[in-house]
Amino acid sequence: MELTGLLAYLISFAIMAGIYAVFALGLNIHWGYTGLFNIGIAGFFCVGAYTSAMITTPQPTGVYAHYVHQLFGWHLPFVFGLMGAALMCGLLAFFIGLPTLKLGEDYLAIATLGIAESLRLIFNNEQWLANGPRGLMGLPQPLAHLIDARHYNYIYLVIVLAVMALIYFLIERSIRSPWGRVLRAIREDEVSASMSGKDVFAFKMQALIFGAMVMGVGGALYAHYSRSISPSVFTPLYGTFIIWVMLMAGGSGNNKGAVLGAFVMWGIWIGTQFLTDFLPYTVKSRAPYIRFLVIWILLEFILLYRPEGLLGEEKRVSKLIE
Amino acid sequence: MVELIFYGIVLGSIISLGAIGLTLVYGIIRFANFAHGDFMTVGAYITLFLISIVMPWLGIPDTTFGPLSFGLRTLLAFPLAIGAVGGVAILLDRILYQKLRRSDSNLVIMAMASLGAAFILRMIVLILWGADSLFYRPGLLRPAVELPLNVKVRPDQILIMAVVCILIVSLHLFLKNSKIGKAMRATADNMELALVSGINTERVILWTWGIAGALAGAAGILYAIDVQVHPYMGWNFLIPIFAATILGSIGNVYGALIGGLVIGVVQQVSTAFLLPTYKLPVAFLMMILILFIRPKGIFGSK
Repeated sequence: MELTGLLAYLISFAIMAGIYAVFALGLNIHWGYTGLFNIGIAGFFCVGAYTSAMITTPQPTGVYAHYVHQLFGWHLPFVFGLMGAALMCGLLAFFIGLPTLKLGEDYLAIATLGIAESLRLIFNNEQWLANGPRGLMGLPQPLAHLIDARHYNYIYLVIVLAVMALIYFLIERSIRSPWGRVLRAIREDEVSASMSGKDVFAFKMQALIFGAMVMGVGGALYAHYSRSISPSVFTPLYGTFIIWVMLMAGGSGNNKGAVLGAFVMWGIWIGTQFLTDFLPYTVKSRAPYIRFLVIWILLEFILLYRPEGLLGEEKRVSKLIE
Repeated sequence: MVELIFYGIVLGSIISLGAIGLTLVYGIIRFANFAHGDFMTVGAYITLFLISIVMPWLGIPDTTFGPLSFGLRTLLAFPLAIGAVGGVAILLDRILYQKLRRSDSNLVIMAMASLGAAFILRMIVLILWGADSLFYRPGLLRPAVELPLNVKVRPDQILIMAVVCILIVSLHLFLKNSKIGKAMRATADNMELALVSGINTERVILWTWGIAGALAGAAGILYAIDVQVHPYMGWNFLIPIFAATILGSIGNVYGALIGGLVIGVVQQVSTAFLLPTYKLPVAFLMMILILFIRPKGIFGSK
């Protein structure tokens, strides 16, 4: 009995870490390879999750229609949810990139942060859009009929890891292509990249959209894992900055680092939960703040003393270069 | 409507104080300080600490002044707290940003570090005080007086604007006349040139942090007097402050002042048509509009 409990715990740990790894991979396209400073991952997380939720659930009917409002409900399979989430996030990224990508990095940062905060407020206040603060519940899970509900997480873990692996190889493939080399050239020196005849704005835009689509898929994976989403999930702390710490810890500019960072930091995050269980009852309600404080101090130490992270960037991406 | 515009000017003057500090840091130290909003929070909470713990312990009475909602304690705490926030800003520079500057870190890495600093400050506030809204003087009625044109104003709000005016005029005189103020303007214009003309840029950076932190602290305290003390108050000001800074052209102190007032008025007037919680998206939308129309801000040259 003990062992199955532990196993179930490990499975759910791995699912969440895998979902965060997808976000870290998306951020790696933005920051690691192109140098785009996106601090509004929560916005893409939110849009991805809600889009997939509304694509896969039916429009509520009968009594439910009085209590649950959503913009649309198409009742389509999970795969369409993933694709729709990616598309919506790509579209959102396009509109964010339009005014900001020609300006300095800070502008993109403040714009992504602003959109993430605004979206959370909009989803919270507009009942008709996605049921306001109560959010959407009872999201369908793919292949749920194959197995008893108690053991469903095994299947979902396989799905998450498969999607993660697919995205991993997709990014590896594109980063090793001429297209990927241009991104790295832009990150290193924008002026010389544009002097070599590269349309810096277009490449940055493509990278922004690509990364955002990956984040959208991450959001969709989260939505169908937790089965219920509400605006309170997509806060800057859980939705954006923990992912930054994961990427910085693992090593930005390295996809293996992004995945490793996600698992390690999620492990530390969950591990500190066990530690704070020993705290006296009176301070326990503030334990999450203490855990976050530890994570942020860790981030500052990484920035100061090991900016390349655990793995560091692979300098040589092509087998053809000696 | 006149009333909303007046409230907007009060809110805008608080945003201006934050934006002026941000624009100084942006112009002189050249990176986006995302911890600026949380400097405001820290200022408000240091004042709360002084008012509710230190001063009762010292036996300082909290006599109120006429129609104002706060008393002697707040008055005494104000200069102490803004000095302390300036100190916090300088301390952060010494233990964090200076090291990053010396190792020639990317400016984005410094912005990232400031985000980390923002969260560290907020987590400390949350650990010490919890997540509830607090007041400097709980349970006090705050009556409004009626001005012409049907405008109801609390005496506090007039005082807030007066304090902001005093702070901005003294900053203006400081930048114009003092030696370090001139050095600050020179460094903002051209750091290399300032270095070769013998200006100690590290000293300038130190002063910049001190002033920016103190102004942000003042903004936080004034907001706390006007509304309430809350751990996320500064974070919610971050977008309006950035919008004001960009509107007034980055590095331009007077631009930041005007930008802050404009953003504040627009935010407040928008509440006539939209939910009050949409103040933040309104500021964000303003910023996006500015980026489309005039990315360098109103005082920026092409």
